[in-house]
Order: sequence, then structure tokens, then C-alpha cells
Amino acid sequence: MADDNIPRRTFLVGAGAAGSAAVTGVTASPVVAAADSAPAPVATAQPDAWLTLNPTEAAFVMAVVDTLIPADELTPSGSACGVATFIDRQLAGAYGSGARLYRDGPFLKGKPEHGYQLALTPRDYFRAGIAATNDWVRKRHGKDFDRLGEAEREAALKEMEQGKAEFPGFSSKEFFEALLTITMEGFFSDPIYGGNRDMASWKMVGYPGLPASYRDDVKTYFNKKYDKPPQSIADFV
Amino acid sequence: MTTKLPEVDVVVVGVGWTGSILARELTKAGLRVVGLERGPRRTPGEDFTVPSIRDDLKYAVRQELFQDTQMETMSLRHARSETALPVRRLGAFLPGTGLGGAGAHWNGVTWRLLPTDHKLRTHLSERYGAQAIPDDMTITDYPVSYDELEPYYDRFEKLCGVSGKAGNLRGKIIDGGNVFEGPRQAEYPNPPLEQSVAGATFETAVKSLGYHPFPAPSSNASRVYTNPEGLTMGACIYCGHCERFGCESNAKASPGVSILPALLSDDKFELRCNAYVKDLVHDKTARKVKSVRYVDTRSGEDYEQPASLVILGAYVFTNNLLLLYSGIGEPYDPVTGKGSVGKNYCYQVGAAGVTVFFEDKEVNPFMASGAHGIMIDDFNGDNFDHGGLGFFGGAWIQAGPTNGRPILSRPVPAGTPRWGRDWKRATAKWYNHAFNIGGSCCNYAHRENYLDLDPTYRDALGRPLIRMTYNFKENDYRVAEYVTAVLGRIGRAMNPTLINTPAYRRGNFSAIPYQSTHNTGGTILGTDPKESVVNRYLQAWDADNLFIVGASVFPQNQSYNPTGTVGALAYWAADAITKQYMKSPGPLVHA
Ligand SMILES: Cc1cc2nc3c(=O)[nH]c(=O)nc-3n(C[C@H](O)[C@H](O)[C@H](O)COP(=O)(O)OP(=O)(O)OC[C@H]3O[C@@H](n4cnc5c(N)ncnc54)[C@H](O)[C@@H]3O)c2cc1C
Repeated sequence: MADDNIPRRTFLVGAGAAGSAAVTGVTASPVVAAADSAPAPVATAQPDAWLTLNPTEAAFVMAVVDTLIPADELTPSGSACGVATFIDRQLAGAYGSGARLYRDGPFLKGKPEHGYQLALTPRDYFRAGIAATNDWVRKRHGKDFDRLGEAEREAALKEMEQGKAEFPGFSSKEFFEALLTITMEGFFSDPIYGGNRDMASWKMVGYPGLPASYRDDVKTYFNKKYDKPPQSIADFV
Repeated sequence: MTTKLPEVDVVVVGVGWTGSILARELTKAGLRVVGLERGPRRTPGEDFTVPSIRDDLKYAVRQELFQDTQMETMSLRHARSETALPVRRLGAFLPGTGLGGAGAHWNGVTWRLLPTDHKLRTHLSERYGAQAIPDDMTITDYPVSYDELEPYYDRFEKLCGVSGKAGNLRGKIIDGGNVFEGPRQAEYPNPPLEQSVAGATFETAVKSLGYHPFPAPSSNASRVYTNPEGLTMGACIYCGHCERFGCESNAKASPGVSILPALLSDDKFELRCNAYVKDLVHDKTARKVKSVRYVDTRSGEDYEQPASLVILGAYVFTNNLLLLYSGIGEPYDPVTGKGSVGKNYCYQVGAAGVTVFFEDKEVNPFMASGAHGIMIDDFNGDNFDHGGLGFFGGAWIQAGPTNGRPILSRPVPAGTPRWGRDWKRATAKWYNHAFNIGGSCCNYAHRENYLDLDPTYRDALGRPLIRMTYNFKENDYRVAEYVTAVLGRIGRAMNPTLINTPAYRRGNFSAIPYQSTHNTGGTILGTDPKESVVNRYLQAWDADNLFIVGASVFPQNQSYNPTGTVGALAYWAADAITKQYMKSPGPLVHA
């Protein structure tokens, strides 16, 4: 467990490296958005500073999004697409602090159909979930989730997805659902939120994004592949 | 301290679809009307513009335009024996807030009820025998017939510039329209929208099965259209951003496009936004509402606004709440069956949707409007024989995407993992080659489904939340199972490359996934003050100067999206007020 003595922040870049299974410690501090005027390469798409995630959480989130969205011929990895950045910004903002979430007590355990019933804001819920996942992973592997190899990460997430991972006092399945949901939001939403860099997911499926004005196209492209490249909100401002 | 304001002729509570219609009709009749709207003032030209209105995360996922649960939500329990818990985050349904209400962010599917829906209990009793209706199914007739409401359906459709094709013109059945509908006096104001691949594929399949397809009746205008208010709608651009969004091209009918520009330029109307109505002051002896109390959420100041006439158009939950807070009418008691406020709360039942995948078709799901499909009504209402089926009611069935926004809409074949490489491959492969066939089922009233005040949870103003005691019942499960089987049959008739036919799962009503914002009941129409809250003119039995508009007056929920009927009943009530009530204020029906 020598790994645990190495400061977390030295691992951030490694965890985000597209498709890399073995995590190698590097000495650079978190990132590194281009200080010069050259555009940052896609593969180092972490923010220059995390808004709310601490180093352990950031490493965890990058490892999760890279496992849920691995790099392949279709897109770069989740973190390279900015999905970890997206999650950090969402949790740092109104959503993370509980906007549109009724938070009066008493807080009772409901049925699944009642939906979320905890007192925690999404920010604190993710804080608790990350800690619980890392505790569970550490018991089995002696290290945190982000330091596992790809196959081990996949296996761990599958156990959480199926509700087989036993976290004391915390539902691993619900936390997995929260991770999957926010990851997909980041991967597929407009790039203005920091995820879906270069509209990678839209290109992957063929979603044209904006301006979404198809009055003639609806006839011209009836049963024909729509071949225009996608555009983001940012392309219109 | 509450500031008492000078009396006005009319106060309208809620300025969404119904509030706008009533305010417009009553100002036209010469009355001074104040509109109280709890939410902010939004206008299409300022708030619903490209590029920001295409922000799928903000509008569709983070729920920018909907009721804020931090201000007010509802609680849910499935049975009286349980403790209700608050719906902390909206999911199943998405009530609106702000000028235009949910009318700003609806889809635009615009129906009329079937003539038999209007006299549901009588019809079913005549055809199947009264004893065939289960005791706990508390369905009733509408005290307004289809023929009486027909001119008002027509009016609302003209207001909205509905695009569609008639199936029954003054009794003449027309192929290609909905042959099951009641006779209509006129063709739809606009021709149907352009066909989609999903719709065309569905149409061929259902014809081969002997069913009767027709284009979705759509309040998304197929061409530029000027409505009877003199307001012009743009032509739909198939942007795939109707539901949950405001319309950027003014092609979707909404209060903001179809009425408010006229209403707001009439100085007999005064709009007050950020005016959160708390309760009504009721004089029980005089059987009148004297005033409406609200808080201005910009200042925290309380106001009392006296009025001669009060209109509740604040959607199902607030319509019920304000009666319960104000002691108007008797709260419903499911044990004794006495009382009527909160009774017959209904929602909507969904069949398990079928997804079909075609290697050789380009579906382009993102080129869509909110009401863009082909439908059949062969399995709706009592359009098919229910003898021996063990349930009543049915569903309208449709194919045709409403959007291809990929945060929420990415069909993959059954068995595909939900993440990882295989998920990516399947998502990339099928996104543009699949569509859904759906069935929206009716929800007939049940004795144990109702609304009342929550004993524990409170809103931001300190008032009890509304509590839903609600679950799906045996009739609902059977309808959904039957319709699910029909969907599978239709899907297979399309000969798709792959098909997902999930089995219908009999489960509790869940507050989590979106199903529909078709909540109904609680202040129902009727002929008997003991059994209902409003008479056939939507006038409260317990206060003759109070009219309640919206789907809260539906005695049960037909399968149809509600707004066509809600709009027709709003015009019907407005006519009763201007032509009868204003001449001699008092009860319009003597029970
Ligand atoms: C996503 C979505 C899609 C839909 N699609 C369809 C469809 O395709 N077809 C269809 O028929 N219907 C559809 N609907 C339903 C449709 O929007 C409603 O039926 C319609 O808006 C109801 O009109 P209303 O006037 O009763 O309520 P609304 O239009 O919602 O207006 C009610 C107003 O009252 C205000 N209010 C509430 N409480 C208070 C208070 N205490 N004080 C002051 N003001 C208050 C609200 O803020 C709101 O502005 C959809 C709804 C949603 C949310």
C-alpha cells in the first residue's frame, strides 16, 4: 500500500489518460490548461482548477467516467471529453447545492418509487458516495478506485450497478445510478457546460445539435442520413 | 400585515392556459380583470430564443421552467395505511410556473374526448350492464355532452391553429382522419405536419392489421397561421424541442403566442407576476368568495385583493389546495365516500413501450415536433368491444419521435449494457435507426385515489403540501397489459431488424420517471353538490362567484392528453359567465 503515501494530486493526469489501464504517477500538478495561446489538446481536457472536487474525488470521478465511457475509435475517453469537468462544475453550482430539491424534513426512508429522500445536497451526496466506494474498494484491493486497473474498475462498477456491493449504511446501487446519470448528462449535453468536448458524443451518434431548424430538411432528408456537422450553442454567440 | 387593495371585478388565479382564456374573455366582456401568477414574467421573444433555448441540459434535465419544489411540492403514498413522503425532485409530472404556465412548455397534442367519454358511466352501463362497473370505480358522466361542447372544442382548436385531419365532418366519416371521433363542424384549421419515417412505417403496419391511422392533432402549426385573436403563429421548423421548452419559432400554440399579446395590450387587464396566492376568503353564509390573499414574492408583502368574481386556473394541485386551505366544499373521505374536494384524483397509465430497430432506415429523430406522429384510436375508450375483457377503457397509440435529444433519448436493443464499449457501439449504431411505439392509457377514477392536505410536510409559505394517495389499480394494469400486447403486434408487423418488447410490469406508481403531466380531478364536475365540486358550468357549488377551470374538473382521466378538453371547458365556462352569470349573478344550476 505504498501507493497511499503518494499525494493524490500527483495522480490526476494519469487517471484521465485515455484508455490507460495502469496508472502511473506523474509529478505535474493537476492541470495545465494551455497558458500559452495554443488550444489544449483533447487528451488533457481537465479544468485548470477543480471548482469543488478535492484531489481524491477528482481522481475518482475521472476514473469512473473513463470506465463508463472508455476511449475507442468512436470518441476519446470520458475525462478527455470533459465529463469530469462537467461533473465538477455541476456539483459546484446550483444543482450541486440542491436547487429544485425539496429539503424539508422529516427525512424518512421511502419506497424506491418515492425517489430521492435524503437530506444531502447532490454535492454532499457525491462526497459521501465517493468515500463509501473508496472504502469498499480499499478493503478488497488495498487501494482507491482510481488506482485499480481497467478490468477491476469495470468489475467494481458492475457490482455496484447490480446492487451486490455492500456499502455500510449507503446504497451502492443508487450511487451508481447517480454516477451513470451525471456522466451521461455530461457526455451528451451541449459543450458549453464543459463536457462533450468537440461535440464528440454528438458526432458519435449523428445528433446535429443547433440550430435545429429542419423545415425543409424534414422533407429533403426523409429516410436519408443527415450529413451536416453538428453545432453547439457556443457556435452561435 | 396584509394590505387590502381596492375591489376589482375579477381575479384570475394562475395565468397559464385556462387563466389566460378566462381573462381574455372576461375583459372582452368589459370586466376589469387582475391576473395573479406565482411565477416570473416570461415572454417568447425574450426568453425562448436561439441559441439558449436549445439548451437540453438546462430545460429538459435541470427543469428550468417547472414548478420549483423548494417553494412547493406534493407528497405521495400508495395507500391510506402508509405515511406520505414528499416528492423532493419532480419526475413523473412537471407542473409549470410563470406566465403561460405549463402551456409554455407542453407538446401540443390536442384532442377532443369521444362522445362516449362524455357520458362514460351511462354508456358503459347501457352497453355492458351497470353491474359490470366495479363498485370502487367511481367514474361518472360529464354533465356536458359532446354536442354541447363541440363549438368550444372548435374554438380552442382555432385559437391554437391545430394541424390535423378530420375523421368525422358533421357526421361524414373521412378516411385518413380519426374515424372514431365525434362529428366536428369544421376541418382542422391547418393541414397535418410533414410525415416522419417512424410515422410512415407505423401507418403501413397498422393499415396491414386493419386499423385506422391518422396524423396526430397538433398545436404545432404546419404553416403560418393567424388565429381569431389576430395573432400570428410561425410555421413549425421541426426543431425537436417542444416538450419542456418554449417555442422559438412561435409555431407551438401557447398563452404567450396565442392570447397574451392581445390580453396584455388591453388596459382592462392587469398582470401581477410573483404573486403567490395563499388562500381565498370565503363567506360561507353568503356562499361567495370575497377576496384572494397572496404574497408578493419580490417583497414578502401580503395582499388581500377583493373581487366580485374569482377564477381558479392554477392547475390541478393549486385548484385543490386553495379550496382545502379556504374551507370551501367538504374534503373527500374515502372511508365514508362523503365529501368531494380531492375526490377522483386521476393520472395516466402508460403501456410498456415497444422499440423497433431498422438497419436500413434513417429515422432522423431530431427532426420532430411535440405532436408529430401517426396514431390509432382503435383501442381507445369504448371503440372496441370490452365484453369479457375484464377492464374498461384503452389507449391512444402512436409512433413518431417528439425529439432526438440524446441526453434522454438513445434507444439500444434489449440486452445492451448501459455503459462501456459495447454500449457505445450500440448507441452509435442505432441512434438514428430506431423509434418507439407508445400507448397512453386512461386512468378511471378509483375510490381510494384522492388528494388532501399532508399532515407533516409544508411548503415555503408554511402551508401543508398537497398529499396524493394514489396508485394504479386492477383496471389500470389490465388496460396496460392489453395495450402492451397490441403494441407488440404492431411492432412485429413492421418487420424490424430488431424489436424490444418489454413485458408490462405491474408495479406501484413511481414518482421518478416522467410519464405525463396529465393530472386530473379533485374539483370534479357533476350534477349533485354532494358528489362534485362544480356544476356543469364549472361554477363551485359552495360559492357562486367562484369558477374552477382546468383538468381538476375532469371526473376521471380519459387516455387523451387533457388540454383540448381543458381549453374547450374554459371557453364553455367563459360563455356561461358572460352570457348568464353577468346578467344575474347567482347559482347557474339549482340542485
Ligand atoms: C412537459 C409537458 C408536456 C405536455 N404536453 C401536453 C400535450 O402534448 N397535450 C396536452 O393536451 N397537454 C400537455 N401538457 C399539459 C398542459 O400543459 C396542461 O394541460 C395545461 O397547461 C393546463 O392548463 P392550466 O391553465 O390548467 O395550467 P397551466 O397552464 O400550468 O397554468 C397554471 C398557472 O397557475 C399558476 N399557479 C399555480 N399555483 C399558483 C398560486 N398559488 N398562485 C398563483 N399562481 C399559481 C402556475 O404558476 C401556472 O402558471 C403537457 C405538460 C407538460 C408539463
